Amino acid sequence: MTRRQGDKVTMSRYAAGRALIDQYAVVGTRPPRVDAVEKVTGRAVYGPDVSLPGLLYGKVLRSPHAHARIRSIDTSRAEAFSGVYAVVTARDLPGADGEGRMENGEWREAGAGDVQARTMRDYTLASDKVLYAGHPIAAVAASTPHVAEQALGLIDVDYEVLPAVTDVMEAMQGAAPLLHETMKTWSLVGESQAPSNVASSFQYVKGDPEQGLAEADVVVEHEFRTATVHQGYLEPHATTAFWGLDGRLTITTTTQGAFGVRDHLAKLLRLPLSSIRVVPTEVGGAFGGKNASRLDAVAALLSRKAGRPVKIVMTRAEVFLGTEPTGGTVIRVKVGATHAGRITVALAELYYEAGAYPGSFVDAAASAIFAGYDIPHGRVAGYDVVVNKPKTGPYRAPGVTPACFACEQVMDELAERLGLDPFEFRMLNCAREGTRQIGGAVHTSIGAYEVLKAAREHAHYCAPLDGAHQGRGVAFGYWGNWGAQSSSTISVNADGTVALVVGSVDITGTRTSLAMQAAEALGLAFEQVRPAMGDTDSVGYSETSAGSRTTVATGIAVVKAAHDVIAQMCARASLLWAVPVDTVAYQRGVFTTSQDAGKRLTFAELAAQLSHTGGAVTGVGNVDVQEWGVAFGAHIVDVEVDPETGLATILRYTVVQDVGRAIHPTQVEGQLQGGAVQGIGWALYEGYAYDEEGHMLNPTFLDYKLPTALDVPPIETVIVEVPYPGHPYGARGVGEMPIVPPPAAIANAIHRAIGARIRQLPMTPARVLESAAAL
Amino acid sequence: MTDKTRVCARINGELVEFLCEPYQSLLECLRDVLGLTGAKEGCNDGNCGACAVLLDGRLVNSCLVLGVEIEGCEVLTVEGLADWRGLHPLQQAFVEQDALQCGYCTPGFLIAAKALLEREPDPTEEHIRTWLAGNLCRCTGYDKIVRAVRAAAARLAQQAQEVQR
Repeated sequence: MTRRQGDKVTMSRYAAGRALIDQYAVVGTRPPRVDAVEKVTGRAVYGPDVSLPGLLYGKVLRSPHAHARIRSIDTSRAEAFSGVYAVVTARDLPGADGEGRMENGEWREAGAGDVQARTMRDYTLASDKVLYAGHPIAAVAASTPHVAEQALGLIDVDYEVLPAVTDVMEAMQGAAPLLHETMKTWSLVGESQAPSNVASSFQYVKGDPEQGLAEADVVVEHEFRTATVHQGYLEPHATTAFWGLDGRLTITTTTQGAFGVRDHLAKLLRLPLSSIRVVPTEVGGAFGGKNASRLDAVAALLSRKAGRPVKIVMTRAEVFLGTEPTGGTVIRVKVGATHAGRITVALAELYYEAGAYPGSFVDAAASAIFAGYDIPHGRVAGYDVVVNKPKTGPYRAPGVTPACFACEQVMDELAERLGLDPFEFRMLNCAREGTRQIGGAVHTSIGAYEVLKAAREHAHYCAPLDGAHQGRGVAFGYWGNWGAQSSSTISVNADGTVALVVGSVDITGTRTSLAMQAAEALGLAFEQVRPAMGDTDSVGYSETSAGSRTTVATGIAVVKAAHDVIAQMCARASLLWAVPVDTVAYQRGVFTTSQDAGKRLTFAELAAQLSHTGGAVTGVGNVDVQEWGVAFGAHIVDVEVDPETGLATILRYTVVQDVGRAIHPTQVEGQLQGGAVQGIGWALYEGYAYDEEGHMLNPTFLDYKLPTALDVPPIETVIVEVPYPGHPYGARGVGEMPIVPPPAAIANAIHRAIGARIRQLPMTPARVLESAAAL
Repeated sequence: MTDKTRVCARINGELVEFLCEPYQSLLECLRDVLGLTGAKEGCNDGNCGACAVLLDGRLVNSCLVLGVEIEGCEVLTVEGLADWRGLHPLQQAFVEQDALQCGYCTPGFLIAAKALLEREPDPTEEHIRTWLAGNLCRCTGYDKIVRAVRAAAARLAQQAQEVQR
């Protein structure tokens, strides 16, 4: 058993008012992840690795235009091409004859499958209009990917090209081309009169913002812009479908949520849920980008027509053009404070690009932007705006990184103008348990202050900088996390080991962190629990692995299943011993009864007797988690700016985060490090570049640069533990929070290094030079 | 359709014959013709390193090599790193240091790191980061990968010393 080695790493730990005791046998240890050996030997099966007898290869024809009407589609030449087995278009989708179009103004529903049925069809395969360059129009299944590719060139599409709009502010103008001619702006006061590219708008108000402004001695106000960026997972989307003559559709695919894929396909293809089985593969990175599923339905239609299994694997360019990145934003922030350093008012306007269909995460951004602070008066307004770009989707703490970039630069400037240390200013104003947020929600147990305190006391923050053009920046961030439905079963083997099946797809190492929680709850060693991802036929409904929910919410399900196992095992012991069940207890791996001190069975000894005491024992844990702990993080970064080129180099980087309880501290460190480096990429390098007509100019890893090992230093981590009382071991969601502060922290560091403020992402050398020249 | 070419090569120590189209990349031949799916496609244009293999001991992106080019060559893929006795020290170090999350880039990193350690058995952190800059990882932030490569280098050096004794 690998024991906790917390003090060996840069880990300082805080508990709300009490010392933390290592009271767990498994939670907090660092066993190797259960999927590691398969992955280092090349045996793990990802989406593109799937193969079936008689497999055909699919390819998708995508619009070259950002906005166009489709006059006609002629597939006859492709159908006649040798090696082609099926060609599909929107006409092959159920309801293709005028049903299920855009109407009634309802565009979004809660949950991950957020595109309504009537837009689902056109989003899957466009019928009369394309809304972004990359919009799918038709697909081909052929004997090889090369034949399929050639056949795409034989599909004749007649387009009437329309003017495109790719900028969020331009899209809101009255003269802008309309993407959806009948869409009106939805808000709490009703629908707008005229059609608009603004899908929805909302506003939160707390207190009296005018009074807050009047009370402020110093007010800072700025506008910020961020570009469209991609999650950048290395594994392209891939799916394999077989739709048999028995009506059963099996989808084997790389996804964050098998049940979400099944829900979507059932609605779109009008099938009973029981006719669809979705089998999740290993997922080669997702970060929010593998929730939605467009490829699966196309592969299914091709398979039905061809009568054979069909696999579609996207190219990298298709991943950039045809999936769901996170959209560009324009954000205005205005914050006022007294000379004493108390914030009196905070105002924000958030304009978020939704892409071709409504559904940006502007609501999450609005909830998060000032969530770290105790602010008496505030107003936050949000706008969800469609533009001729790919529909946006979640990306790790969706919506919040641009909001933090804006908010935390304004906070930094305020602290500077007030002559306060940036952490001191934040600690003076930080949210605590009981703080009412501008959106109305009240914080429960949180670790905001503890995080700031740990960051301010960290050796990195106290170390001197040693060079010209160097600067240290900090930023503070929040992510709300998630709970929702999770299911699991635990079956006891005759040798006392157990099989754990969870409905949550493992995208970060959750098979390991969930097996640890099962072992802890069952009083077993980690190695005695064998975890597996279930498919949609083998376990109960589980929401997609998103919102940093899996270790927490599925963890609760697993602990519940473990308790069910223990209760059933106690009943078996009572049968064997002929004692009342309520006299049987289980502790530290041993069953005993208060009726007879001589009776004693270990878990394994009792497991061996299940076969003749009633058969197998399977514990079930199905939950719908409605409350969960939120996450706060503070980042410290040192940068050096080359005054000639404008290139900002990261010299040192430290992440401090409250994780509630680190179930697996090594994996927690990995999340903090990986999230920070994604945030560094967002800050300095990444962004979709568009031409006037709405074509993406850089859909390759050569031109859309991700950080490499050479671009980043070792990321230092500090795990703060303020246990969340609603989880059996105090865990909070971890994975998303660390991407939130980096762009803001780096912008603040660049300001300290060269005096200039960069208010646009990415902070490329050209922008840094431009801002420096404007000083 | 074109005429397929017969190619004979030694892959992971085993003599292999296969037929391929003249336009098929080595990556495609490994994955779709030979069933060796350990090498991954991340970009298909040489910018991510997920498809890295050793070709006659030289580190290449297999998406940029044609299948027909490996006639008479030796190829090492991630599947050839371990044998029945157990994991290669690099693989062992990646497991122990938790140098992977999703694991999709891992085969490429392992092969690239092997090429590095064959040239430079005791690389500095800077050297490791420079050498691995051709491999993208989106999950780990690279720190644990760099640590794993250093740990593997130490273990290989120790093994070499034991052999000498």
